[in-house]
Amino acid sequence: MSEGQIKKFMYVNRKAPHGTIYALESLEVVLIAAAFDQDVSLAFMDDGVYQLKKGWNTKGIEMKSFQPTYRALDDYDINKLYVEKEALDARGLTIDDMCVPVEVLSRAEIGKLMETQDVVLSF
Amino acid sequence: MLHIVNKAPLDRNSLDTCLATAQPGGALLLIEDGVYAATNGNSAEGKLKQAMGQIKVYALKADLEARGVADRVLDGVNLVDYGGFVDLVTEHTTCQSWL
Repeated sequence: MSEGQIKKFMYVNRKAPHGTIYALESLEVVLIAAAFDQDVSLAFMDDGVYQLKKGWNTKGIEMKSFQPTYRALDDYDINKLYVEKEALDARGLTIDDMCVPVEVLSRAEIGKLMETQDVVLSF
Repeated sequence: MLHIVNKAPLDRNSLDTCLATAQPGGALLLIEDGVYAATNGNSAEGKLKQAMGQIKVYALKADLEARGVADRVLDGVNLVDYGGFVDLVTEHTTCQSWL
């Protein structure tokens, strides 16, 4: 990355949180990009909206909960979080179920935002 | 027999195939991402409720809790712990995991 150049990075998250490693891996990479002071946004689509469903209690599955990391993103100046409206609707969820402040957008609106990015990373 | 589904209903067709295959008197256990099918307002709610007339539906409590959805489980879904999971496997002569 050339010095001083800020690129627009969008991370597209489409997987439920615990069934695969994608959600956790995405968070790791998001934090790396944040360390390089890039323009970062996160989109949550399809089952990815479950990543932000508040109230995880992972004691029973004996896994560490990484939900607090989503709440820490704001400390890294990552505050552009977009959630797909159609995905929420299909899962009986609303913006009130989200563990962090998000902006709810339609698929088409997320698609338009994607078009404005320099880099799109898929998880 | 016991059917086990571990994939979310909108991610894979595992639940659809399972429900279309399962015979009356059978049992369905939802685990891992499969538990999302047992939550209020999800797209599979209708077909799961319909299936409950024919088969017993169970969901693993720890997986619901881990996903923050233990407080929105559909009426009629029986919650089990890991011991209950083992009991279900031993109570049924055969078991199919719809991976």
